[in-house]
Amino acid sequence: MTQLTQQILSGVATGAVYASLALALVMIYQATESVNFAQGEMAMFSTYIAWTLVQAGLPFWAAFLLTVLISFIGGVLIERVIVRPVHDAPVLTHVIVFIGLLVILNAVAGWIYTYTVKEFPSPFPSKPLFGGAITGHDLGVICVTLAMLMLLFAFFRFTPLGLAMRAAAQNPESAKLAGIRVGWMLAMGWGLAAAVGAVAGVMVAPVLFLDPNMMSGVLLYAFAGALLGGISSPGGAVLGGLIVGVLENLVGTYLIASELKLSTALAFIILVLVIKPSGLFGRVAIKRV
Amino acid sequence: MTALLEVSDLRASYGPAEVLHGIGFAVEEGGITALLGANGAGKTTTLRAVCGMVSRKGDVRFAGERIDGKATEAIARLGVAHVPEGRGTFVRLSVEENLRIGAYGRRDRGAANDDMERMYQHFPKLAGRRKQQAGTLSGGEQQMLAIARALMLKPRLLVLDEPSFGLGPMIVASIFKIMETVRREQRVSILLVEQNAALALELADHAYLIETGSMVMGGPARALKENEQVRRSYLGY
Amino acid sequence: MSAPGTIVSALPAQRIAGLDADFWRRVLIALAVMIAVLLPWAVSDYRVFQFTQAAIYAVALLGLNILTGYNGQISLGHGAFFAIGGYAAAILMHKLGVPYYLTIVPAGLAAFAVGVLFGLPALRLEGLYLALVTLSMAVATPQFLKYFDHWTGGSQGILLRKPAAPLWLPIGRDRWLYYQVLIVLLIAFWAGSNLLKSRTGRALVAIRDHPISAAAMGINLPLYKTCAFGVSALFTGIAGAMAAIVTGFVAPDSFNVFLSISFIVGSVVGGIATVSGAIFGGIFIQFIPNIANQISDAAPWAIYGMFLLGFMYVMPKGVAGFIKERAIRYRQARESADADEAR
Repeated sequence: MTQLTQQILSGVATGAVYASLALALVMIYQATESVNFAQGEMAMFSTYIAWTLVQAGLPFWAAFLLTVLISFIGGVLIERVIVRPVHDAPVLTHVIVFIGLLVILNAVAGWIYTYTVKEFPSPFPSKPLFGGAITGHDLGVICVTLAMLMLLFAFFRFTPLGLAMRAAAQNPESAKLAGIRVGWMLAMGWGLAAAVGAVAGVMVAPVLFLDPNMMSGVLLYAFAGALLGGISSPGGAVLGGLIVGVLENLVGTYLIASELKLSTALAFIILVLVIKPSGLFGRVAIKRV
Repeated sequence: MTALLEVSDLRASYGPAEVLHGIGFAVEEGGITALLGANGAGKTTTLRAVCGMVSRKGDVRFAGERIDGKATEAIARLGVAHVPEGRGTFVRLSVEENLRIGAYGRRDRGAANDDMERMYQHFPKLAGRRKQQAGTLSGGEQQMLAIARALMLKPRLLVLDEPSFGLGPMIVASIFKIMETVRREQRVSILLVEQNAALALELADHAYLIETGSMVMGGPARALKENEQVRRSYLGY
Repeated sequence: MSAPGTIVSALPAQRIAGLDADFWRRVLIALAVMIAVLLPWAVSDYRVFQFTQAAIYAVALLGLNILTGYNGQISLGHGAFFAIGGYAAAILMHKLGVPYYLTIVPAGLAAFAVGVLFGLPALRLEGLYLALVTLSMAVATPQFLKYFDHWTGGSQGILLRKPAAPLWLPIGRDRWLYYQVLIVLLIAFWAGSNLLKSRTGRALVAIRDHPISAAAMGINLPLYKTCAFGVSALFTGIAGAMAAIVTGFVAPDSFNVFLSISFIVGSVVGGIATVSGAIFGGIFIQFIPNIANQISDAAPWAIYGMFLLGFMYVMPKGVAGFIKERAIRYRQARESADADEAR
């Protein structure tokens, strides 16, 4: 029983990371109708920036905040420079541009930092808490993610800028008619998504360790989480990410050897999607004739 | 009276095909101008061209300033509020959020709250549904919301694309009444595209007739109403 | 309604214009085949081997184009069908002693069967969901291959003997393999383009563009969509079998996610929903990594990524789409010039 609680809680912690990245995917999806396959590599790159700052002697939380800020600017720049030119191109063209971005970020990270695995410090105590139910790091990850989600919610819900961003994503033409600079809103959306990804990367790095390929698995789980929750719903994506994290942990512990863990977790998610194609919390897309 | 919006030799094209071939008209300060014409004549395209939503050429002046090279959002910020075809409702936002977005482009955002209350007075039906998702409103309510959203910009020019489309005669009448009030109280000029020519000529002081992308006649609304050709083809008596 | 007479009178002119375009297309195809036949004598053995690989990829991409381009079902996991074809051929040769040239068709059929099976659940999934599922398939492929090591040889894979040219033929092994692959490629492209020009092909496009109207016209959606999956897998499986024969080796890690991603990249860069695009795509995924490597030793994949971005900016509809657009523009310009002259 305690083992089960332990596994669930540790799954929630990993799930929190998937949830963050899933949310980043949803934010960009809602604005552009395509999935940013480079989201994981962007987060990886942010994590390397954090590592560099910590190595340079900055206190952890200062490095963390600075990384989030740099990632935001980086995200805005990526949208303006790389994504903008293909804005009106077909979806598959977007996919290829995102793959190109993924490959570039991965290669540049490998070039600067080499492919050797690096340790990444955790700001939280590693000792078990509450009679061994959860480790300090896992609890920290859950708290940081929760705080970030609440901040984001407040931003989108209560600030004029957040409202304008939602409007621009929902109905760009009408938003322009209201005087909203839609292009900038999209760029800001990329910036925010990159910042959210940075948080996810820094939170997961102490567990996964730092290397240029660290996020590929995480991205897949996040993608699965986003679709499981419903790609049209930010809240659903967060829940989906959490479910995937718990599921992955339970499958790995109780069901099957870890080589097939990924496949089994994915197979399960696919099963859910075949039964309920719009995700658990998504809107059903209405087909027009 | 001076012209608030002056358009001359306006051309617009979708891809390689030109659909407007040099249109000219004006909206006077505080006046209502209606564009009439059959389906596909180019009325909607004219409005879209004025607001920079299609690629266009020509000379468009708003309050004396050239706007034919400006982006849509910049034109909106000058005080042109456009209710597009299909109303442009943000269906997944609440009624109140829709109104707030309407006020996003203006400078004195502090006064927006008072204006929102004024909108609720103009459109009491919306007041009861502040927190409701806009997509769940009826067609007439959505049209009212769209006009209210446009007015939240505190525009000098209100551009309306078929406000009567798909609505029952009672609702149409009340919407037209509100437009009349708004014009009188807030001195908003209106550029109107309307299928219902009789209604439009009743409300407007100037009207223009567009056929296949060209202007065929224009002048005081009264004169058009009495024109033989207009009467037969568009008024149907 | 237009009178029937106008339609009849419009026909001859169309036919003449059609013949003109068709004629030039045939000339281009003949030219391309001639170049392909002569190519091995102009380049080194190693290059011949590379062109063989590019041709194999082209066949695989043709399969992906049929599914993703013409039928609109996105697959990010076609490496799996490539793997099935490759392993089917390898197991037939290694375990059962079947001669290599007899393994290609069974390998294709094995991929076809798996493709149809896979197409059934895919009926319930669209767009992104299908993308996720196929991507998962790509991720799972190496894991599965390692897991069933009795048949697949586990991580070690299966080593095969590369077929040599018969003694009476005075050409080296690389050229011998190249010509055999070329023959399969020509058959595959002939079959593929005929399929796409047929009623079936039009049904596939109709389903992509307007599923509801297609169903209303009496097209059996589930049947066509699963068949598209099957046929697509068939082509890619045949390519996989050829790859196994030509490289003389199959191992789980050569069928990783990256292979599947390369396929969709090649497909889009070459020109999705075109037949000739598969050739350009095959050349791209075979040669661009090499070129990138020559440009920068330190970060070749960064260069590769930039190539990708560059191609997409200049030719958002792929190489074939770009050429097609240019040709149309040229023809329009010429026609309007003719019209001016006539005036």
